[in-house]
Amino acid sequence: MTDLRIAFLPLTDAAVLAVAREKGFAEEEGLKLDLVRTTSWATLRDRLIFGQVQAAHMLAPLAVAVTLGLSQQAAPLSAPYKLNVNGNMLVMASEFAQALDPDIVARLDDPLGTAHDFAAAIGLWKRKPVIGVVHRFSSHAIMLRYWLASAGVDPDRDVMLRVVPPSLTVEAMRAGEIDGFIAGEPWGSGAVDAGLAEAVAIGERIWRRGVEKVLAFRTPWLEENPDGVDRLIRALARAAAWCDDAGNHEPLAHLLSSPRYVDQPAEVILRGLSGAIVPRVDMAPLTMPDFMLFSREATPFPWRSQALWIYSQLVRWKMVDHSADNAARAAAVFRPDIFRRALADSDVPLPGASMKLEGAVASPLAVGSKRGELTLGPDRFFDGRVFDPERIEDFLAGF
Amino acid sequence: MRIVIIDDSGLRATVLEEGLREAGYDDIHIVPPRGGFVARLERMAPDVVLMDLGSPSRDTLEEMLSVSRALARPIAMFVDQSDESMIGAAIDAGVSAYVVDGLRKERVKPVLELAVRRFNAFARLQTELDEARTALSDRKIIDRAKSILMSQRGLPEPDAYALLRSSAMNQGKKIVDVAQALITASDLLGGGL
Repeated sequence: MTDLRIAFLPLTDAAVLAVAREKGFAEEEGLKLDLVRTTSWATLRDRLIFGQVQAAHMLAPLAVAVTLGLSQQAAPLSAPYKLNVNGNMLVMASEFAQALDPDIVARLDDPLGTAHDFAAAIGLWKRKPVIGVVHRFSSHAIMLRYWLASAGVDPDRDVMLRVVPPSLTVEAMRAGEIDGFIAGEPWGSGAVDAGLAEAVAIGERIWRRGVEKVLAFRTPWLEENPDGVDRLIRALARAAAWCDDAGNHEPLAHLLSSPRYVDQPAEVILRGLSGAIVPRVDMAPLTMPDFMLFSREATPFPWRSQALWIYSQLVRWKMVDHSADNAARAAAVFRPDIFRRALADSDVPLPGASMKLEGAVASPLAVGSKRGELTLGPDRFFDGRVFDPERIEDFLAGF
Repeated sequence: MRIVIIDDSGLRATVLEEGLREAGYDDIHIVPPRGGFVARLERMAPDVVLMDLGSPSRDTLEEMLSVSRALARPIAMFVDQSDESMIGAAIDAGVSAYVVDGLRKERVKPVLELAVRRFNAFARLQTELDEARTALSDRKIIDRAKSILMSQRGLPEPDAYALLRSSAMNQGKKIVDVAQALITASDLLGGGL
């Protein structure tokens, strides 16, 4: 048995790690996982880069930022596996949401229209709206900025973005410190359930296949321990398939509700897993089958173009200067080569390419795969933009 | 050198503050990580910020450190990034330190070492306190189970205890768990005390 310590935050999308440990998938690969519950991204990052853990459940943009030296101590990180795509929700205090389309279904289905309504609502609000984001380098913050900017809102001037760790979001709403927040589940559903907020935008409607958490390693450790890394990836791939199976959602919600993991009610956790999202406390759940994905459509495959899309947004918001060297280092964080090596003898479909256009697939598309059949789900951005990783400057010039 | 301790636990902050004062540091402030703590911190313009590594508010603090214009210089983590054993000790103890860039590391290192020792001492204290509390509540549960056995089965106290102990051994459980089960069963059957 090989012992591996992995840090995680109490979030529904830590599911694959929890299942790999609790359902025997890690053990079958000869691994004993010690999952270290952590409550801030800063501490998760420090545990990883200073070697207290071998791997971490990390925000994809944070992995890129640490590698580029943007978040305290610089360290080269590698992400050979994506733990999920999608799973975020923007919720706002009902009083604020009153200025938006009262038909919540229509509101969520039309992110562009809602962004414009939101822009108008800013002026009507009693103060500059304070919106909680879980981290500067989070997919949530990047997605929120992308969405707000589509309606001409300057996220650095017209609203106040305040960093609130996921586990404190609901309390911060209750205390009136923030007017809304965007976070991973179950925190959005938790605020809805407490009657403090209602859904304003769903991550999956902003980018239909949005990169979320990755499994991150220190690059030197990853290079020195190919056997442990490969076994872990194989265990996670099987755990992810288990997590995507609708028949397992209820037991999974119960597992995650334990104090060792998310420590929130199973019924609230279940909403994100099964895509039955309650947008306001008095409404019936809405069915969103793509709310959060773990396995299907090669979800875990770390497309380099996705690391570059994240990089493009960091450049756009002036968090890093664009250079060929920075772009290359950002792209190299995602490691499709390791993913393919680890799963070479499995039945997981392996995409032949490492980059693709992001946002170009409107309806399910069969693509080249080294084995088995691979169909990519729609991955459009709500504004119809397409990201060509070979032409970052052109993409940025378009904003 | 102005030191700010950000801590939820009043006791731990006090333990740390005392240690720092004994070591001759006298410009020390304690700020709980709630509400507008970031604005308070900005006004204080600290040279060193010490914080519990387990506090979820570290992300909020770091964000402030990265955007603040009020704080003159960027603040880096840990005294000396190359001192791995020091960093390891700090993480083990649960201390995170933010230090104004440019402050000489010889000046800050003793502060961090002291924080590590005090955090460790506090953790030991906490463990002992928890153990004492658990022992106390365990004893209460066992006492109640004993008195149920004494009144319902007419056993003298030593026999009641021996019965609990032998049941626990036979079932491979702790005495307190057997006692708790007995109390629950007794309550359910309406025979509680």
